[in-house]
Amino acid sequence: MALSLATRRRLMLVAPLGLAAIGGFGFLRLLDRMQTGRYDPHAVPNFLVGHPVPSFTTTPALPGRGFSSADLRNLPQPVLVNFFASWCVPCQAEHPLLMQLQSQSVAIWGIAYEDSEAAMAGLLAAHGDPYVRLGADKTGAAAIAWGISGVPESFLVDRGGVIRWHIGGPLSAETIAGTLDPLLRTYA
Amino acid sequence: MVPELGNFALALACCLALTQAVLSLLGAEGRDARLMSASPGLAFGQLIAVGTAFLALVWSNVVSDFSVRNVAENSQSQAPLFYRITGTWGNHDGSILLWCLVLALCGAAIAAFGGNLPSALRARVIGVLGAVAAGFLLFALTASNAFTRIWPPPMQGQGMNALLQDPALAIHPPILYLGYVGFAVPFAFAVAALIEGRVDAAWGRWVRPWALASWCFLTCGIALGSWWAYYDLGWGGFWFWDPVENSSLLPWLTGTALLHSAIVVEKREALKTWTILLAIATFALSLCGTFLTRSGILNSVHAFANDPTRGLFILALLGLVVVPSLLLFALRAPVLSPSGIFAILSREGGLVLNNILLCSIAAVVLTGTLYPPFANLIGGVQLSVGAPFFDSTVLPLAAPLILAMPLGPMLSWKRATLGPALLRLWWAALAACVVGVIAALGWHGLAALGFAGSAWLILGAAADLGGRIRLFRVPLAESLSRLAGLPTAALGAAIAHAGLGVTIAGIAGMTLASQSVTFLRPGQGLDFAGDHWTLQSLTNKSGPDYVARTATLVVSRDGRTIAVLHPSERAFPVQQTDVTDTAIRTDFLVDLYTALGSVHDGGAEVRLRYDPLAPWIWLGALVMAAGGGLSLADRRLRVGAPWRRESKRGSRAAQVSA
Repeated sequence: MALSLATRRRLMLVAPLGLAAIGGFGFLRLLDRMQTGRYDPHAVPNFLVGHPVPSFTTTPALPGRGFSSADLRNLPQPVLVNFFASWCVPCQAEHPLLMQLQSQSVAIWGIAYEDSEAAMAGLLAAHGDPYVRLGADKTGAAAIAWGISGVPESFLVDRGGVIRWHIGGPLSAETIAGTLDPLLRTYA
Repeated sequence: MVPELGNFALALACCLALTQAVLSLLGAEGRDARLMSASPGLAFGQLIAVGTAFLALVWSNVVSDFSVRNVAENSQSQAPLFYRITGTWGNHDGSILLWCLVLALCGAAIAAFGGNLPSALRARVIGVLGAVAAGFLLFALTASNAFTRIWPPPMQGQGMNALLQDPALAIHPPILYLGYVGFAVPFAFAVAALIEGRVDAAWGRWVRPWALASWCFLTCGIALGSWWAYYDLGWGGFWFWDPVENSSLLPWLTGTALLHSAIVVEKREALKTWTILLAIATFALSLCGTFLTRSGILNSVHAFANDPTRGLFILALLGLVVVPSLLLFALRAPVLSPSGIFAILSREGGLVLNNILLCSIAAVVLTGTLYPPFANLIGGVQLSVGAPFFDSTVLPLAAPLILAMPLGPMLSWKRATLGPALLRLWWAALAACVVGVIAALGWHGLAALGFAGSAWLILGAAADLGGRIRLFRVPLAESLSRLAGLPTAALGAAIAHAGLGVTIAGIAGMTLASQSVTFLRPGQGLDFAGDHWTLQSLTNKSGPDYVARTATLVVSRDGRTIAVLHPSERAFPVQQTDVTDTAIRTDFLVDLYTALGSVHDGGAEVRLRYDPLAPWIWLGALVMAAGGGLSLADRRLRVGAPWRRESKRGSRAAQVSA
């Protein structure tokens, strides 16, 4: 169906308005997502998402609870690997959410980044211990292997040992409800 | 008391702006001369009110009134007076107030110097500016009020961003805003023309000086920002393709296109719809830049208050400006019929090519800038678009633009042939090729391309001028008298084109830069870029609100000292930030650039750079702006409207360009 020249011209003149409207709508959605914590422009992408857990090792932070890459394969349920440190304030803000996740029987494996055993034990004694397994990364080698840019950062590892999701920064109630919970159900 | 006065003045300004919009637009619609004659007075009133509010905020900063939240959060009493004043616009709320002030200035300028405009057009332009100002003043009054008090006031302010304590960055925002906001005037002209349903040569002639003046300021503003990044951030980069930089480049690109397409409207009454769209787009992109910067939607090194609520307000403002104007465009643009027809190969054709290429570059930059957030929105992926994308996409579009730039001014209107233009440019082309080959042999392909392009632009501009004054074809004295009689617009255009050539030479030179980061103890030195660099000493010094560590570096060539440099690092205890102050020695051909890194173990980390032609980048921008300024001084623009010859009106109009 051929449009007449005048109609085509009219359509062309409406096009800028259409483009602006689409752009404006997009901006509006982005602002909304920013407010609900679903979009963070400063988030750092992690290129391990979709790939198997990297080769790494941790020293046991508490007797018998350390782990390495080999432990993150053939899991009975997906695992949330959480990098944290006792000296990190956002981690402490995140802590109650981890406790809550633990009460919903989510398996959280912690890696304490450049932290001392005493400080870490103090933190867990004071605020509760959400971790099924807990390794220490005193040298920061594990952090480099996982490519984290700071603490806290969390990864969702599926039962086959593939990283499915990553968040650079603390978890929030919105992220847990909107993103993590559905993912946990998907990979359960 | 003074902050309340400011707040009251702001509220008054908002009311005046609203009245200005309603009365002017109603008056123009009903051809009511009495209503229309109210508009200049209201515009002046608005300027006085906004000016008072602005001065009140400056005053609060100068006397360090920490009961004002804005001052408490962004200033401190020990800062030097100059930075207490310039700190007024170094934060979100203050900069919005500055934005309002410049907008009021634009309205008042039209009121003062628009005497030669038809009264209805003038009233409409002032009315549209009033409507835009009312929105921004409402924003300054509510969501980002700079006069909010806090109680109890803190003893000391939190201090201004230490990076902003720099002369170039202190004047960067006002100049940039004069450019950004100045494009509100072409926008208002465009909307007024759409309402009237008429665009003619006179309209093009009225719009061009405003677009040109804004463009000059924007050019200087962007160059200042880039220069600051180069000498202040301490690692020698001058353009990072950061989202905030991109959002200032976008209106510059479309504004440059606007300048050129307005020429076609003025001379040939063609490209009317396109020019109107460019005028709207340029201002819309200015606003969009503000939105992107202030909402924090993009990942940028430029930290402003990242506040989604404020973002929502600016988005609403953006919508209120863009949607009605584009709706008006969609409805009314078909009325604007082009009268001038032209062949593809003609001056008009050249200007169309210029527009296509500039707008393509703008589209590419816009895409790259907005891709990360929209990719996240649609695909949920987190990614970033960096310099490699922009470099590889802008270059292929810029190359034909540069190639065509010297040719355009040589083509005749309506219908042209390439032959005569090429005949006048053959020596410039030859010289550019020689420069390119020499650079390719000496350095690398990219630098060769840059230097050849630069030579082509500069020599092409010279050939253009030489042709106009018939240099070497008539006696020199006659050539000089022809030069004196040349319209300054032609002279300005040639200079601006050559200015871009200078900038490109600078950028090409920077591709040859070398750098070295080393740890030196006092007395130690190294050979770098053909010179010997020695760290002579490290000293500590305290300033009003900082502690500085200064290194003394001596650069010698063949045993002779050629420069003594003092890079330093200032620690600001109140703000808990460190600022590097680079030391640069320039002879306008090469920058010897030094920055001080961390100081430990009795020595210091120093960053040394050897930057050939670096100053040309900003020098070229200045030349471009100077060319624009010269073009503004053109009698034909100054006299503006076709009918006045009497001296009184003429001299009044002359101030437009002053």
